[in-house]
Amino acid sequence: MKHLLSAKDLSHDEAVMVLDTAEAMAATQRHAVKKLPTLRGKTVVNLFFEDSTRTRLSFEAAAKRLSADVINFSAKGSSVSKGETLKDTAQTIMAMGADAVVVRHSACGAAHLLAHAGWIDVPVLNAGDGTHQHPTQALLDAMTLRRWYAPGGPASGSARAADGAPAPQGRDLEGARVIIVGDVLHSRVARSNVDLLTTLGARVTLVAPPTLLPVGMDDWPCEVSYDFDAAIAAVEPDAVMMLRVQRERMSAAGGGFFPSPEEYSRGYGLGAVRRTAMPEHAIVMHPGPMNRGLEITADAADDPRSRVVEQVGNGVSVRMAALYLLLADEGNQL
Amino acid sequence: MTAHLLPGVRPYGEDATDVLISEGRLAAIGSDAAAQAPADAHRHDDLAGRVLLPGLVDIHTHLRQPGGESAETVYTGTRAAAVGGYTAVFAMANTTPAQDNAGVVEQVLRLGNQAGWVDVHPVGAVSEGLKGEHLSQMGAMAHSAARVRVFSDDGNCVSDPVLMRRALEYVKSFDGVIAQHSQDPRLTEGSQMHEGRVSAELGLAGWPAVAEESIIARDVLLAGHVGSRLHVCHLSTAGSVEIIRWAKARGINVTAEVTPHHLLLTDELARTYSPRYKVNPPLRTAADVEAVREALADGTIDVVGTDHAPHPRESKDCEWQAGAFGMTGLETALPIIIATMVEPGLMTWRDVARVLSETPARIGRLADQGRPLAVGEPANVTVVDPGVRQVVDPESQWTRSTNTPYVGMELPGQVLATFLHGRPTVLAGRPVERASQETEPKEQA
Ligand SMILES: [Zn+2]
Repeated sequence: MKHLLSAKDLSHDEAVMVLDTAEAMAATQRHAVKKLPTLRGKTVVNLFFEDSTRTRLSFEAAAKRLSADVINFSAKGSSVSKGETLKDTAQTIMAMGADAVVVRHSACGAAHLLAHAGWIDVPVLNAGDGTHQHPTQALLDAMTLRRWYAPGGPASGSARAADGAPAPQGRDLEGARVIIVGDVLHSRVARSNVDLLTTLGARVTLVAPPTLLPVGMDDWPCEVSYDFDAAIAAVEPDAVMMLRVQRERMSAAGGGFFPSPEEYSRGYGLGAVRRTAMPEHAIVMHPGPMNRGLEITADAADDPRSRVVEQVGNGVSVRMAALYLLLADEGNQL
Repeated sequence: MTAHLLPGVRPYGEDATDVLISEGRLAAIGSDAAAQAPADAHRHDDLAGRVLLPGLVDIHTHLRQPGGESAETVYTGTRAAAVGGYTAVFAMANTTPAQDNAGVVEQVLRLGNQAGWVDVHPVGAVSEGLKGEHLSQMGAMAHSAARVRVFSDDGNCVSDPVLMRRALEYVKSFDGVIAQHSQDPRLTEGSQMHEGRVSAELGLAGWPAVAEESIIARDVLLAGHVGSRLHVCHLSTAGSVEIIRWAKARGINVTAEVTPHHLLLTDELARTYSPRYKVNPPLRTAADVEAVREALADGTIDVVGTDHAPHPRESKDCEWQAGAFGMTGLETALPIIIATMVEPGLMTWRDVARVLSETPARIGRLADQGRPLAVGEPANVTVVDPGVRQVVDPESQWTRSTNTPYVGMELPGQVLATFLHGRPTVLAGRPVERASQETEPKEQA
């Protein structure tokens, strides 16, 4: 891998390899001394044009546990308003001796541009670009699902459910059924997950009101439904992934994507009733931060089958794996 | 004034013949042209065998002056136009200040005359400040020295149906035309590219075809109702073509324009995230490209307008969403038409003369441009070598800006010579500076 820009760029075998590497990283994190010497002497720059403390901390923890030096650069507010900011900033950072750049930006394609515009010449890792892609989020979701999904499990009649233990090396998500619910139109999480989960063999169903689905998604490798309850009944999901709904998308005059928060919750929120309708073993995922009471109720969020906290932990392992695969020298492999 | 003898040129790409240009006119065409040439006439033997066309007329150019001189000036823009084979351009009204009164259009006219590369015809704004609220001083512009006949808020759509109706009615008194930038503003808020398969994947906010088509449908109905002339700028979708076809069949007085880039490029280019390909209306799908080519060939679309929209480098050297909409086009329009229409056999050189010269001149009510290649006609002509193929390099173009979408592409055809009212503005493919000409303003942005 030269860059990690989009979940679409990962082949099946590459995706499995990243997940296997992430499990290896996770295993080292159970030791008393968490730090690995792997990236000693390397400098990773977290270039954040958009606020996201959670994602930044996750990448920072990942880099530091691999003994890399980390420079955090936040350019809040200057992202899309001024033309040359991205280019100028990138070049400044290269002058500081960066070995890799983790970039978060509100503009779609910002990471792609950094990787290919000729401004810089180090690996670029996309930590979220506008409404386009967030590949490490999809990888951490896949890692979580891989731990909780047993091929040939309850959905296909057997009684066995996975227990959340590290998945065996080489395992993919063949046969897993995943429902992703909410604002697909504006969601880089949904785009990344449709790409990655289907590459890994899962069957994905998107559920949203038609206003929150993009025009032109007819050839996406997934099913689409406007009816959450019908989808649960038809799909018998192994996992339901709730997307965050931006409150500002609700009811701007004429431009609101749905009539009211209440109507959205009724149609597309996850509460106790829908949780009960799901297969018993099915897990609940959410990229966070959650809007409790809008897309998810408190009891669904805190349900024992909710894997939201675990997703955060897996995020560090996945990002360690990504940085390792992009940056480690030949002689310093695991 | 020096006479010019063009031996063995091929008018409209047909049989080779000699052409004499003298006193600003086509003085002789045929085997007797050389005999009629004065002794001191210039012989242009390098043009033998090349295609002679009436000078091209661009119905849709952004020259950016006043106010946008870092992107282009009247001087640099019209010099690029001459190099592209043009002898007249209509300069869009969205300057700063806007061309919404007689003073500004006369200023632009004067700058055009001083530069001397092509005839500059300022377009008047439809509304004051292009705000879409009140009619501009259309009558004053029409009766000014600039004799404005084309009115447009281009850059913006005249979206208020009442204002559009009033504008269509008002210009009838001086035989004007409303050139509409058809874009429903509400359906395109925040839009970044064509809404479809590619935008869904990239997550870039979509500009739906229906935002163009719904305005065109409304406007042809309004134009039919009040009996006025409507010109549809830079039409870009297959659906728009269908509406124009329907309107013409109903006898509505509408003309339509397509840009060179909408004849060649598609929304797939957005995958590069290079704002070089960001334009308004956006690049559409391959099916739309096919539809507009067919419509240009069968006459449903009347003219090719460049929508030459220069921008300073920093407006394009950035993220897609931060990038400005627009592409340069004056120097590549003819090569694109050759590549998309002539070489595939969809159009003849006579058709090229029609869509790039005669009809745009007629829409803008120009008396001495877009005229047939005939004895006695004004010597506004261009000579093109269709056999040359050149790789597009923005650094060697004559426009002040570098935002061409064709960078690195090999395109057919080169304009070797352009004559404006009998005087060469381009020879051997390069602009001809004159001693009497105002020179290019020295300050660079
Ligand atoms: Zn326009």
